[in-house]
Amino acid sequence: MAEQKTDAPIPTVIADELHIVYRVNGAKSGKGSATAALSRIVKRGEERGVRKVHAVKGVSFVAYRGEAIGLIGSNGSGKSTLLRAIAGLLPAEKGKVYTDGQPSLLGVNAALMNDLTGERNVILGGLAMGMSREQIKERYQEIVDFSGINEKGDFITLPMRTYSSGMAARLRFSIAAAKDHDVLMIDEALATGDRKFQKRSEERIRELRKEAGTVFLVSHNNKSIRDTCDRVLWLERGELRMDGPTDEVLKEYEKFTGK
Amino acid sequence: MSAPPSPDEGLAAAELAAKYGLTVSGARPSLFEYVRQLWDRRHFILAFSRAKLTAQYSQAKLGQLWQVATPLLNAAVYFFIFGLILNADKGMPKEVYIPFLVTGVFVFTFTQSSVMAGVRAISGNLGLVRALHFPRASLPISFALQQLQQLLFSMIVLFAVALIFGSYPALSWLLIVPVLLLQFFFNTGLAMIMARAGAKTPDLAQLMPFVMRTWMYASGVMFSIPIMLEDKPDWIATVLQWNPAAIYMDLMRFALIDGYGSSNLPDHVWAAALGWALLFVVGGFVYFWKAEERYGRG
Repeated sequence: MAEQKTDAPIPTVIADELHIVYRVNGAKSGKGSATAALSRIVKRGEERGVRKVHAVKGVSFVAYRGEAIGLIGSNGSGKSTLLRAIAGLLPAEKGKVYTDGQPSLLGVNAALMNDLTGERNVILGGLAMGMSREQIKERYQEIVDFSGINEKGDFITLPMRTYSSGMAARLRFSIAAAKDHDVLMIDEALATGDRKFQKRSEERIRELRKEAGTVFLVSHNNKSIRDTCDRVLWLERGELRMDGPTDEVLKEYEKFTGK
Repeated sequence: MSAPPSPDEGLAAAELAAKYGLTVSGARPSLFEYVRQLWDRRHFILAFSRAKLTAQYSQAKLGQLWQVATPLLNAAVYFFIFGLILNADKGMPKEVYIPFLVTGVFVFTFTQSSVMAGVRAISGNLGLVRALHFPRASLPISFALQQLQQLLFSMIVLFAVALIFGSYPALSWLLIVPVLLLQFFFNTGLAMIMARAGAKTPDLAQLMPFVMRTWMYASGVMFSIPIMLEDKPDWIATVLQWNPAAIYMDLMRFALIDGYGSSNLPDHVWAAALGWALLFVVGGFVYFWKAEERYGRG
């Protein structure tokens, strides 16, 4: 290559004609009866008893280092699916996603166990995200303090099932936000906890943004998109409807949703 | 468009990716790289298995006591049915039969629960698979490890039973360690095979209990295979004795029980134990890795 200008944008995520298809077992005819299931097995169709949901249809875009990209669209338009595909968690049906390093979704909910104490969940969640034991030890106090779990007594040594839903959500966010990421994807994480905690988490996300190369944010809150993102992808029915600067896209989107 | 004009204009996606060294997201790593990633996650694998173990009984009043009480009750039920009602102890004195039975139940349960956990390792943890990035083999390995820890609790009961019926600690008890290790490798391999199969066909979770029960009755958990099949053609007993579950059970009994000598073991039993373990752990690992990028599709 010829000499590279320092201010030339460096791509970090490239989606190339990406298609994602979910397969749902036993939902083809809508009849859940045993006879219907049997006849599905007997009839050798192309794919028996499987209904396909085409969640993302041919989306292409290039994201660059330093960008914060918002993903908007109505419910079920494929935003979360697209994020998972970028993270390499959902296999593509057709097309490809190229990424720089390993993009990660902000969220560890699935790794945590309600029957364990908050303390053990911090460790388990950190390990699940790929942190080392030393890193977790180092950040442990920071995570607990940030979550504010211990503000009302020693809750961190109690099982998570004893937490209120707000407390649990705060701890989850605190664990998830403890790790630095190259490409960071946030799925409506801003709306957890009380007002005080929301403020704190918005701040933390801004910090993460500074450290991360590229940030994707899924949100239904146009204000938080406007605050954090400089580019917006608008998905509708799995198709990329618009891609551009935040203001332009949001204006069109607000017109579309009749706001 | 927001992307500023750049010298990259007009490059196809694949060329652009190649230019900046981007890689396909979610592509399957090489086998070597996969092993390395897995090794990096060893702390997670261990922590996950221990967390599952603890969470299991955390709602019960007696708590972790159930780790020991469950296998004990299990052994009692089998003894009641097979020892007292059905008299399956043919030709074995009581002080051999009871530890024989209890060993059989525990060792087989180890394999059985590893298989059952393996079937659901991926299909039952789709949330985790779809949210976080880690080598998926962590899950079946972690579940097999959980069962190993569970078995270690059962071993306490087993030692007590052996002592009560007159088998005292001897050098042969040291053999328990290699037997457990080999069986653990075998179970892990099997769990990985079941995990891939169960990820594609979740129905296996419904089917496996029946398969496992058949396997249990065919492996001589509560009776001695050669004695029970005396009047049948020889090859049937030979085949049954060589099946991995029977091999590991017999080795454990041989190590633990005074009155259970080497005459009860088939020829080349250690070679068979090692062979099954290697075949399954290597085969299962490669088989599981081959579908790595497809787990989580649902």
